[in-house]
Amino acid sequence: MLIIGEKLSIIAKRVREAMLNKDKGPIQEIATAQWKAGSGMIDANIGPAEDNGEDLMQWMVTTIQEVVPLPVCLDTTNFKAIEAGLKIHNNQWGKPLINSTSNDPERFPMLELAVKHNCQIIGLTVGKGGLPADAEERSAIAAEIMGRAMEYGLPLEDLYLDPLVLQIATSQDHALQVIRAVKMFQEMNEPAMKTVVGLSNVSNGCPKHVRPVLNKHFFVMLMNAGLTAAIADANEIAEAMKLKPQIDDVLAGKTITDAAKMAETTKTIDVITGKTLYAHSYLEM
Amino acid sequence: MALAAPTETYPGKVFEVTIGTAKTAVFGGENVLPFHKFDGSVPNKPVIAYEIQDVAPEDWPDAVREVYGDAASDPVKWALFCQNELKAQAIALRLTGTHPDRQDRSAEDAAKTVKDVLDKIDVPLIILGSNHVEKDAAVLVAAANAASGRNCIIGKAQEANYKTIAAAAMAQNHKLVAMSELDINLSKQLGILITQMGFDKEKLITDPMCSALGYGIEYTYSVMERIRLAALAQNDAVMQPPMLADIGMYVWKVKESQAAEADLPKWGALKERGIAWEVVTAGALLLAGAELLIMRHPDAVSAVQKFVDEL
Repeated sequence: MLIIGEKLSIIAKRVREAMLNKDKGPIQEIATAQWKAGSGMIDANIGPAEDNGEDLMQWMVTTIQEVVPLPVCLDTTNFKAIEAGLKIHNNQWGKPLINSTSNDPERFPMLELAVKHNCQIIGLTVGKGGLPADAEERSAIAAEIMGRAMEYGLPLEDLYLDPLVLQIATSQDHALQVIRAVKMFQEMNEPAMKTVVGLSNVSNGCPKHVRPVLNKHFFVMLMNAGLTAAIADANEIAEAMKLKPQIDDVLAGKTITDAAKMAETTKTIDVITGKTLYAHSYLEM
Repeated sequence: MALAAPTETYPGKVFEVTIGTAKTAVFGGENVLPFHKFDGSVPNKPVIAYEIQDVAPEDWPDAVREVYGDAASDPVKWALFCQNELKAQAIALRLTGTHPDRQDRSAEDAAKTVKDVLDKIDVPLIILGSNHVEKDAAVLVAAANAASGRNCIIGKAQEANYKTIAAAAMAQNHKLVAMSELDINLSKQLGILITQMGFDKEKLITDPMCSALGYGIEYTYSVMERIRLAALAQNDAVMQPPMLADIGMYVWKVKESQAAEADLPKWGALKERGIAWEVVTAGALLLAGAELLIMRHPDAVSAVQKFVDEL
């Protein structure tokens, strides 16, 4: 399992300010912490970055790779910023990853970049229209992205399919569809297609104390489905791995001795699989 | 060989709620989807309450106002008209005049209106605020106290004001409407929060928020349908209270129930149009699972009653 450390996002206030002031300290501190906690790659999310995208991405890639011997996941919709980042990326520590292409024609050029710079790319299974309704629609879009990747000359082992994790608080049915899609994507090629998710989006909008519970359980269930990579907080993943034996026991229908943990895990699995309706206080019911 | 019709049974059941004292109304109690009597037990028919207000209904269209005429100038006369002339099963008194942007009537004035109405009627009473979250918190507490011992429905408790309103309803042993805004997960959350206060879930009525035909009814329909499926198929106790469809106030403000024939001759007679709009909205939400309706036009109520009796 490849963990792509997610903490360097423009959405976080501390990171945004560091980006604005070109203050390397917080960026390098977070990148180092994610590396030490087990990340194999660092996500650099600079947002749409319409004004200074090229400079910002180059600064981010350099700042991260100064202290961490890992490749970077270049996360922006700005084509030029991606290309600028790829040019100075230190490939000695692995191929960079572009986040992302999709079935939206505006995102097709990202595939050209991936081929030109011999790197990896995430294919987000959404089109220009609405969100995919279920695992089948996600797979249909995945097939189109794979076909296009081959046309452009991208080896399929450099493509990570992303089923698009949605918020459980508003789109509960999708959690199970994402797990199903991860299974289905793998069957679409031999050797199996690689898969990736933006894990924490599942708990976006949920109360603060509920978020890690949902993230960890969802991660274990995705891992069991064969997930290859996750954009996630490596510290949270380490905790999820400690919980995995107990979550697996409950998934297998066994009762675990710690009653509180048993209740938490059962309720969370039921919410993820849609057996009970989600509410912010579901753990208290 | 005789055909054995398959039946669909569920582990869950909707709570049965009784309101009123001298005369009562009972709704809910079924363990099957709406009107699926052939699958299980449907002990009660949906109940329709007539809507009245604490102040004259100046914002109601003429098509409804003319039915009530002078009676609507006074809430007690209006309530008696509904009870005696229209044979109402229940009455819903909306304290519209307490809204700060309307007459801004005080909680004490509202409580007096409630008491005056209750002194004269014996059918069950539903007491509703003006949908102003801060003002409702004060008004509904006073109203709940004024209605002590009469087993009313108090509403609507929302996320921002449920604590005081639920506490008052609990203290006076009333039923309570919990309203959330067209979001099934928030509807469940509000139910959890209210029951965590110690309020009995079997005294709750869920209002997922109504909308009129052509103005988002598909959202209300879908949320109601999913609430009912969670209650029955998932046996989710928080989702098992009966549901309210507060129809009249949504129907009688849309263009279709108000636009003059002279302006839109192709739309047909104004009088029939508004009634038809209320009937179709009510019919759809009954099929989605509503057990308690609040309506305005007697002709619409009769048509819906006929629909309920025939199904």
